[in-house]
Amino acid sequence: MIEATRTMPPEGGEALPMPRRRAAWFSLVESPWFFMAPWLVGILAFMALPIVWSFVISFTNYSFSPNTQFVGLSNYQTMLFNDPRFIQALRVTGIYIFFGVPLQVAFSLLVAIALNKRFAGADFYRAALFVPSLLGASVAVAVLWSQVFGNPGIVNSALAVFGIKGANWLNDPRYAIYTLIALRVWEFGSSMVIFLAALRQIPKELLEAAAIDGATSWVRFRFVVLPLLAPVVVFNLIMQMISASQTFTQAYVISGGTGAPANSLLFYTLYLYQKGFSNFQMGYASAMAWFLLVVIGCATFLILKSGRRWVNND
Amino acid sequence: MTDRAMTGSGSMMRLLLKHAVLLGCTYVMLYPLIWMISRSFMPEGQIFASPSLIPAEPTLENFVLGWRSTQGQSFSVFFLNSFIIAGLAVVGNLVACTITAYAFARMEFRGMTLMFAVLIVSLILPLQVLILPQYLVFNQIGWVDTFLPLTVPKFFAVDGFFVYLMTIFIRGLPKELDQAAIVDGCGRWQVLWYVIVPLCKPALATVAIFTFIWTWGDFFGQLVYLNSAEKLTVAVGLNRFLDTTGSSFYGQLLAMSTLSVVPVLIIFMLFQRLIVEGLATTGMKL
Repeated sequence: MIEATRTMPPEGGEALPMPRRRAAWFSLVESPWFFMAPWLVGILAFMALPIVWSFVISFTNYSFSPNTQFVGLSNYQTMLFNDPRFIQALRVTGIYIFFGVPLQVAFSLLVAIALNKRFAGADFYRAALFVPSLLGASVAVAVLWSQVFGNPGIVNSALAVFGIKGANWLNDPRYAIYTLIALRVWEFGSSMVIFLAALRQIPKELLEAAAIDGATSWVRFRFVVLPLLAPVVVFNLIMQMISASQTFTQAYVISGGTGAPANSLLFYTLYLYQKGFSNFQMGYASAMAWFLLVVIGCATFLILKSGRRWVNND
Repeated sequence: MTDRAMTGSGSMMRLLLKHAVLLGCTYVMLYPLIWMISRSFMPEGQIFASPSLIPAEPTLENFVLGWRSTQGQSFSVFFLNSFIIAGLAVVGNLVACTITAYAFARMEFRGMTLMFAVLIVSLILPLQVLILPQYLVFNQIGWVDTFLPLTVPKFFAVDGFFVYLMTIFIRGLPKELDQAAIVDGCGRWQVLWYVIVPLCKPALATVAIFTFIWTWGDFFGQLVYLNSAEKLTVAVGLNRFLDTTGSSFYGQLLAMSTLSVVPVLIIFMLFQRLIVEGLATTGMKL
């Protein structure tokens, strides 16, 4: 297009300089690379460079001091074999994901099915039940949660009505993690919305045909709805798993940044934060970050792989 | 459907029962939030003593005292900072993501497929992996304890998710419109400004709303980059308030917590449909 304007025979003498001068900056400003430039700079400066850098310093003992040394695999070695707090962080995050994510996805599916039919007020319930997930990751809700499970707290007051003396949930290392799992389940709104959208896609004829054939509602759910929803279930599991593995705010706020009681809230990201920004062991923290990256990558791959097996037989 | 097929009092009873169950469940789910709001208006002594949600003697004391905070800065400063950061992030994302998405959606150039693959990979990179080395870079150039690390990257379209979302949206627009404009003598920038942007309003609104909500709620980044009291945002300010006074003044803490979520709740009420549709169609996570 630009070449064409340039080689076009000039029609009038005075008009000649204008298009030519225009063509010079025009071809620069109009080139795809000009449009791509901000993103390219951003991805290089804020992603590629940091990623490579963090990989490099994960093999050093970098901690803002001038005498940084290359330490080989020692960060990774310490992490995996000699750091009980690291293992604890893995355990806490593992328990949280293992219970929190499937429970949350199952619960959101249940609620989505309950709210799927059109009826007066359905929109109200959907909107109201979505609110917790809108605010779930905020400091405010973390603050609130320590009042919900505090002693005295909302849960214990409710239990007291039935004459049960509640535990000191947040100060007891046996229970603390489960209060955060409860918080994760409470934020079921965004999975619910995705399920609702998927449920709307299911052709009514299929369900009607099944009903005519005498299928009970459970059979219809199990053999018609669930297979069709399988990809969405997998999707929600992956998204929730990734976001759960990065849980930070709640653990930080509720435990005051320490992971207390007895490291029972020492989430992986919280430990990474402590190592990097409290102890300034940047090398070690970078090794942890890379470990997390590899684990998330592998887990996503595995779920997709295993998901495909049972997603395909619909 | 079955509800409608049924007749008489049976269906009426069923409907009532259904609403009773749903209302009960919704009430239980929202109870903590309702409790938080109700306690914000109660004097300190009644917070755990009062069984009722309606304050017997409602007071604004918690808001007045809490707002002053105890860190030398009041919540006015925190709110202002949060609005500045969120506002800049929204502008940055709108401008940068639209330009990038336009190139991805409408231009052909060498390496385009590769770049799109890079974009997809950037979507799943966890912030925690990036934040350490990013911090080192920003520390090196003296940006720590300023708003710059939280805002400048947005002007370089680092939120790959929004680039992706906009790309998909622009690809869905009819190409004939651009071509007509080009035939009329428009350059690419003019096409972008006069043809694409006006058609992208719903997508742009989604980007703006989610950027605001995410930036407002972000804690990790703000905790890492902001230190001095006069630079704190609502999230970090609230956390510091908790550390310093919160455990002795629950009322003030709950009042400030309540206020901290008000902007997000207002946005949700105003743009509920856009937010829910945005989540449902793109599958993004809040």
